[in-house]
Order: sequence, then C-alpha cells, then structure tokens
Amino acid sequence: MTLLLEPFHYAFMQRAFVAALAVGLLCSTMGTYVVLRKLSFIGDGIAHASFAGIVIAYLRGANFYIGAGIVAVLTAVGIGFVHRRGRISLDTTIGVLFTGMFALGVFLMSQQRSYAVDLQSFLFGDILAVQPQDLWLILGLSVVVGVTVAVLFRGLLYTTFDPVVAQASGIKSPAYEYALLVMLALTIVVALQAVGIVLVAALLVTPAAAAYQLTSRFSPMMILAALFGAASTEGGLYLSYYVRASSGATIVLLATLLFFLAIGLKYLRRV
Amino acid sequence: MKGEAVVARDLDVRYEDFTALVGATFAVHYGEALGIVGPNGSGKSTLLKTIAGLLLPSSGELSVLGQPPRKLAPGTIAYVPQVEAVDWSFPATVWDVVAMGRFARLHFWQRFGSSDRDVVHHALGVVRMGDLAGRRISELSGGQQQRAFVARALAQEPKLLLLDEPTTGVDAATEEALREIVRKLVACGLPVLMATHDLDRVDDWFDRLLVLDRRVLALGTPREVVESGAYSAIREHTHTHGHLRHDHEPHAAHAVHPEMRA
Repeated sequence: MTLLLEPFHYAFMQRAFVAALAVGLLCSTMGTYVVLRKLSFIGDGIAHASFAGIVIAYLRGANFYIGAGIVAVLTAVGIGFVHRRGRISLDTTIGVLFTGMFALGVFLMSQQRSYAVDLQSFLFGDILAVQPQDLWLILGLSVVVGVTVAVLFRGLLYTTFDPVVAQASGIKSPAYEYALLVMLALTIVVALQAVGIVLVAALLVTPAAAAYQLTSRFSPMMILAALFGAASTEGGLYLSYYVRASSGATIVLLATLLFFLAIGLKYLRRV
Repeated sequence: MKGEAVVARDLDVRYEDFTALVGATFAVHYGEALGIVGPNGSGKSTLLKTIAGLLLPSSGELSVLGQPPRKLAPGTIAYVPQVEAVDWSFPATVWDVVAMGRFARLHFWQRFGSSDRDVVHHALGVVRMGDLAGRRISELSGGQQQRAFVARALAQEPKLLLLDEPTTGVDAATEEALREIVRKLVACGLPVLMATHDLDRVDDWFDRLLVLDRRVLALGTPREVVESGAYSAIREHTHTHGHLRHDHEPHAAHAVHPEMRA
C-alpha cells in the first residue's frame, strides 16, 4: 500500500498530479472541437510555433508561459485570418509558419551552451518540474478557458456543425472561430510543460477521437473525452513513476491505448 | 399581405476574379413564394447568400425587412442550404440539429427552456419527423436530412425563409411535403425565396419566378415568364446541364426534365 501511494508523498509529484488533471481535462474538452472542426494540424502548428516564444522568454529570463502564450495566441489569430481572407491555402500557411517559427526557436536555442538538455524538456515536456507559480497559471488559464466554453457553448456547437447557416441566422461565426482559436492557443500553452511541443497534438486529438467512437451526441462526447483525457494524464503520470519513463510519452501512450480500446468496443457493440 | 420584404436595386456581387451577379433589381413581397430558376452557375446560390448576409454586394442596394441583412436582429433570416453543406457524421441527433434553430434567439445567459422545446417539437411535427427525433443524423436518408434542415429553419421562427434547391436529391413524398409546408408558410404571410433546378412544377410552388443567368432575365408569374420567352432559353440551357447532374447525383433520378420525359 505504501508502495502504491509513494508517488503522492513528494510535493513536486502532488503538483504534477494537479497540473496533469487540469491539462487532461482542458486538452480533451478543447479536443472535442479540434476533432469535429478538423483543426489537429492547426493545434500542432500552434504548439511548434510557440517554441520561438519559449526560447525568447528563456533568453530574456522571463516566464516561459508568457513568451509561449503571446506567440501561440498571435499564431492562432494569424491562422484564423489567413483561413478567412487568404489566397494561400491554410495547409500551406500552417506548414510554412510552424516550421519557420520552430526553426527560429532552435536557431536561438542552439546559440546557447546548455542547448541539448533544455531543448529536450521543451520538446517532450517535464511535468515534474512544475513550480507552484506555474501551477497557479495552469489552474487560472484552465478556469478561464473552461468558463468561456461554458458561456459560448451553444454558439460554439452551432458554428462547429454548420457555420454558414449559423451566420445566416445572426450568430457571428467568425468571432466564434477566433475565440476558439485563442482558447486553443491558451490550452496548448498550458499543456506544453506536461507533454511538450511534439506530443501536445496527441493530447488534443486522441481522447476526443476515442470518445467520438463511443458516443452519438455532442455533450456526451465532450464529457467522455474529458474523462479519457484525465485518465490518460493521471494514469500516465502515475505509471511513469514506476516504469521510470518520460511522463509525457507515457501519458500519450496511455491515451493511444484508450483510443484503440474504444475502437475495439465500438466494433464489439456492432457485432 | 402587402409590402416588400426584400428589395434589391442594381445589385452586383463579385468574387475576386469573377462577377456572379450583375445589376439585379427585384422585390419580394410578404406572403409570396419567389422561385429562382436558372442554369448551374447562374448565381442562384450567390443571390440567396447575399440576401442572407453571408456575402456582401459589391455595389447596389439591398434591403431585407427594411435593413441591410447584417443589421437584422438574430434569428430573422433562416437559410436552408443544400444538404451536402455539412458533415453528417457529426455527433448529433435530429432533435439536436433542429434545436440549433433556437440558438440565434437565445442570449448566452438564457436557458434552453420549455417554450424552446415546444417550438422544436412542433417543427419536427410539421416535417413529420417527430418519431425520428432521437435518431443520429448520420443514419438519415437524403430526404430526411433535408426535412431536418427545414425543421431547423422553422424552429428559428424566421421573418424570411431562403431555400437553396431543397428538392434536389429527395424522394417524391418529401418534395410534396416541402411544397405543402412552403405554401402554408406563405399563406401565413412569410416571404419565401427558393432556388430550384426543377422546372416541372413551378406553377404549384411559386407565386412568381425570377429567371436568373447572372442577370435577371425575367420576373413575373410563371405564366408571364413562359410567355416572355426568357424561360425557354433557360430550359434549353438547364437541359444540357441536366445530363451532367444526373451522372454524379444518384438521388436526383426524380428530377427528370420535361423534355426528357416527352
């Protein structure tokens, strides 16, 4: 019993579990929109672009959430603008911007001596390094995004299913799209420390995609996605302590396992 | 009922490198069903989208219920697009989709209340889908999808109804049900604009016809339009397009043109 509870004895582990819970719930809730609006490439793009912001904040001694947050939100709004107005395809824009910004981050980082170690923790996350002030930021941003989703729920649902008819009926579809992209950017920033740049897209997509297999209405899909997300982050973090593996990777592997279980369950229900 | 619900004067709508609508002038009255006919690419959808406020005219005047479309109170205009416009694998039931018709009328602090539920129930009854309320939308036939879209528009309780080829790809029973619904709404004073490809039964559907081929070629009662000659030019035009449409629209078998039947 003491062995099973061992991870909870350390203050840094307690912080990590609270952060993981917030990240799991938030990512998979937003992930419901990401999956249904087919935004997963955008999520990946925002995460990679924010690396430039992380490095700039790091070099100037500022909090990495601020640097990542500013760049992520600007990227999200820029992507939204190109999507609405642009003559270049969205796909191309994200591809160009996200690799360009990411390269800028690597370029700046590579000029520093301690390059290799730090790069690793940004790419793959280090939830065990969450400091008390980070935790407050994570919880604060989670509450802001959660409340916004609740307040805008009907409009977000309608504009996700049928943005054109929603707009004809007087609902401002573009405003909802921008609001969603900004929330997505904030969510990604919150999740960066937990799973890192490379794996954050998985946490956005996988739990929601698993929930999609097993539900036939929007709200149940969102609730089940949140459960899958929380189970993945909490379970993954817990397991990683015993198997001595990267917490981010364990979390994403667990989410992937849940996804295939959901596919299997869907298949069994049909038989 | 008298009075003009929609007034367009010298309306031009341009896309980046192409003018979809040139100098369109017409009016739609309250309690009138106006059919918009014309070949593919003639600007029928563009006209509906402009009236719905989805596209902005590049010049000319457009007034809907006395105002530019985008200034209207939420819920005023209901637009029924072609069913291919959405992803039907979306996790929603028929009820969920029809309930969305209420959303424009609710402020974000207002609950979806029992009066909203009553309106949704009623709209489902009108399109005869009450027993399918709990069905997932991915399991609907083409005709059922179209009826769900019409029910959503009815649940909105609009002041103007715009329909984009609602009879394309639906069964004969659905087509007749839609026609009855439109005629009832018109009898209650609602202005209705509907784009259609089906030139067969325009007398039964519409009070007046607008013949469109990027310009307004004719406007009047179906009889007047036939006599004007503009209609027959469109018929031939549509006829040639008709062959192409059947190739990639398996459900459109009912939409055989008069010339092909004869």
